[in-house]
Amino acid sequence: MTREKVELPPFQALIDAHWRDVARLARAMAGPVDGDDAAQRAWEKAYAAYPALTSAKNLRSWLLTITARCATDVHRARKPQRPLDEAPPVTVEGPDAAAWPDPDLWRAVNELPERQRFAVTLKYVGDLDHHGVAAALDTTPAASRRLVSDALATLRSKLGVDDD
Amino acid sequence: MTDLESRLTRLAMPDLEPPVLPDADVAYTLHDTPIGTMLLAIAHGRVVASSFGDEETMTTRLARAVSPRVLRQARPLDDVRRQLDEYLAGSRQTFDLEVDLALATPFQRLVLTDLPTHTSYGATTTYGTVAADIDKPKAARAVGTALGANPVCVVLPCHRVVGANGALTGYAGGLDAKRFLLNLEAKS
Repeated sequence: MTREKVELPPFQALIDAHWRDVARLARAMAGPVDGDDAAQRAWEKAYAAYPALTSAKNLRSWLLTITARCATDVHRARKPQRPLDEAPPVTVEGPDAAAWPDPDLWRAVNELPERQRFAVTLKYVGDLDHHGVAAALDTTPAASRRLVSDALATLRSKLGVDDD
Repeated sequence: MTDLESRLTRLAMPDLEPPVLPDADVAYTLHDTPIGTMLLAIAHGRVVASSFGDEETMTTRLARAVSPRVLRQARPLDDVRRQLDEYLAGSRQTFDLEVDLALATPFQRLVLTDLPTHTSYGATTTYGTVAADIDKPKAARAVGTALGANPVCVVLPCHRVVGANGALTGYAGGLDAKRFLLNLEAKS
């Protein structure tokens, strides 16, 4: 059986267009230190899998999904196994979180339960829609909507903003 | 979008680093030379491009013809750059490089492959002579077109081929570049 030839763009074009998004998303999901590790691993996996892709569509979501999986793996490898929603929040380690732009928001995002933090960062830092978030988290769009809305409610109360 | 949502969208972080990947299937670099910026590319140890074409066009062609794993990496091209610089400084007459004409059509390959043996440093030949050399004596015009599409410029010396009346005719890097190369070879 011959596979239809897919005309994939040069991999460098993907890096140039998306490496910042991948790096930001990985850090937002897994924290600054694990995040950089996760982003690097995500690129290695993407590079290895690239020639076998059967479609050149939605390459950005493909990359962000790999990033989300790597961020989950790297982050989870660091702590004892427990059910997802009981997972402890990441603490901002490494570079001083206070030195980053919008440190209050950073701290609040980092203190969210894991699934909520993943969903809200995929949605806003990754700029994915709920289908994209759901695909990256192996869940449904409805569940993604719920996670994001819970996360926003928690962030609003933590940050003392009321902008509904 | 609420204020909180837009703050999340802009969530910025300092000191982001691009990824580091293993040696590419196709490594390329942009190299500044006296005749303009050239895109040099290597695949499996063979030069696949030495071109005046723009980065997007050339890397897209390489992705299709060789492998989509095309990366900007200077190190695999160190030797190519060194030899090219030596040639352009007049201190090298032949290239010790393997070439892969993956970007060329079968006819272009026929014209380009033996160009280093059909031409010699410091001398020019004509489209008609090259056509005769490849046993296509009536194909002078097609030879000109094939030379104009040379993906491995300078290394495969299409600049040594000129019109029957001695006119420079044309060059992918511009006539000034062709003149520069012929002058360089004439005086070195």
